[in-house]
Amino acid sequence: MRSNVRNLYLIPYALWIVLFVVAPIFLILYYSFFDIEGNLTLANYKKFFTPVYLKMALSSFWYAFLITAFSLLIAYPTAYLLTKTKHKQLWLLLIILPTWINLLLKAYAFLGIFGTYGLANAILETIGIGSKQILFTDFSFVFVSVYIFIPFMILPIYNSLEQLNPSLVDAARDLGASAWTTFRRVVFPLTLDGVKAGCQAVFIPALSLFMLTRLIAGNRVITLGTAVEQHFLVTQDWGMGATIAVFLIIAMAVIMSLTGNRRGKV
Amino acid sequence: MKKLIQAFAAVFLTAMALLYFVSYLNSSQGYSGDNTLTVYNWGDYIDPELIEKFEKETGIKVIYQTFDSNEAMMTKIAQGGTTFDVAVPSEYAVSKMKEEGLLVPLDHSKLPNLKYINPRFLNLSFDPENQYSIPYFWGTVGIVYNPDMLGGKKITSWNDLWDKDLRNQILLVDGAREVIGMGLNSLHYSLNDTNKAHLQEAKQKLDALTPNVKAIVGDEIKMLIANEEAAIGVVWSGDAAEMIWENEKLDYVVPKEGSNLWFDNMVIPKTAKNIEGAHKFINFMLDPKNAAQNAEYVGYSTPNEKALEYLPKEIANDERFYPDLDSIDNLEVYENLGKRMLAYYNELFLEFKMHRK
Repeated sequence: MRSNVRNLYLIPYALWIVLFVVAPIFLILYYSFFDIEGNLTLANYKKFFTPVYLKMALSSFWYAFLITAFSLLIAYPTAYLLTKTKHKQLWLLLIILPTWINLLLKAYAFLGIFGTYGLANAILETIGIGSKQILFTDFSFVFVSVYIFIPFMILPIYNSLEQLNPSLVDAARDLGASAWTTFRRVVFPLTLDGVKAGCQAVFIPALSLFMLTRLIAGNRVITLGTAVEQHFLVTQDWGMGATIAVFLIIAMAVIMSLTGNRRGKV
Repeated sequence: MKKLIQAFAAVFLTAMALLYFVSYLNSSQGYSGDNTLTVYNWGDYIDPELIEKFEKETGIKVIYQTFDSNEAMMTKIAQGGTTFDVAVPSEYAVSKMKEEGLLVPLDHSKLPNLKYINPRFLNLSFDPENQYSIPYFWGTVGIVYNPDMLGGKKITSWNDLWDKDLRNQILLVDGAREVIGMGLNSLHYSLNDTNKAHLQEAKQKLDALTPNVKAIVGDEIKMLIANEEAAIGVVWSGDAAEMIWENEKLDYVVPKEGSNLWFDNMVIPKTAKNIEGAHKFINFMLDPKNAAQNAEYVGYSTPNEKALEYLPKEIANDERFYPDLDSIDNLEVYENLGKRMLAYYNELFLEFKMHRK
């Protein structure tokens, strides 16, 4: 009787998962086997392995890697310093605050900042470097993406640093480990879960970025996300769009399992 | 736990109060559920004051939504689940939507203002007898440029853009047919060419343009060119008019090799719930005074002959935006090339975008 009632409680969740997680994935898989005229075919998969799409996939991975690496590089020290500050909640709020602003708005702001007559170039000019083309370059794309994703990297790392038992660090220091050794042998391994979670939260969305590629990179960077958008909205070649999505899902699964936690903890 | 429930209840009550307030506001202004009209138009493509005026005159509340490509618009309408009452597709999209049965025939008796439209823009091949569509704006694709930034150099043709001095100076609009079409035109091929060898040739030619291309962007192009972010833009004529309005140094030219002539048209998609209101809206927009106001605001060329009288002289007589159509014979209207060919154009465009400097 009890377990029956408990199973009843599960129904909404099961329905949710089936309708909004499982069904869409199968729909994507289903569409990927149709060409533009609705014939059953494997041509989309063949097309994915042509140089155009392979190149696109590689460059997507490259940019996603760059974005993740730079985010991590900045986020880890930031999170570390955060745990040492007095007003943790306030600083945390300041880091989360920008994520409440619409992505499009932030992108447009950068159009102004990075423009030829924008703030960034004005600063370069006054310090004597002279104005440079910043907008529509790889640099601006990676910079803005890192800016947008960084809170998602800081938070999990911060959480795992907070959970770190400080007596472990004290013990390491008492036993004669230098600050660097303590960090390398004690702090970093114990916060690795946070780093992995952060990398997942950044790498996977970065792989399918599409709006920034137009606004900030001026379509000079083409990711798989751009191609999916184009196939669904412009070409109406849903099959090809779905095929790319299938590969993105596979990539996601691979990354999740690679960075996943062996102890089965989230 | 108790606090949590209290907080939840507070949020719930606030949301209900807001919902009630919104519906109260709507009803106090005479708007009710079935008295709305959903207009689906390009971004930045109507004078918002006209919407207010229409709402005041008819008591119909207008819900205004925008799209940024014909294809995106058609996908949404074909999918259903929307209630667009009026949409504004370009000519090749009209013929495609007609073919796919996505349009409701117009009742001309409810559109008395149709008589003001220049007959030259009526009964065109994509919609004989204007059974489904009424022209809204028309224009060309061309080059807007800033002579000051080019040291006084004049641009007259597509091939001028391949000049080595123009490195990193060109912004292109993010449209497959516009950009591939520019490649085709520069080689003196038709904009509706379906010969794959010609298209490949055009793509190769475009690849050679890459060092000069600073970016391929959407609506932002207006702001970027007006702010002198780049000296040259390949744009639609009305966008050019808007840019010139912002920055007087700019000039616009329809390249001599030929270019695209297009018409955006008001249609009633099959998703329409308020067909009566949709006719009222179309007729309202055809009113010469409203059409003139709209043309002045948007910057595109109106097909409304009578409206020209209400436009300032310097707009109505501007050869760049109101060219004598009979004297230009190398302007082409896009044809509906079919899904497969359109996919091929887009594939080439994607490859062009991926071509690195």
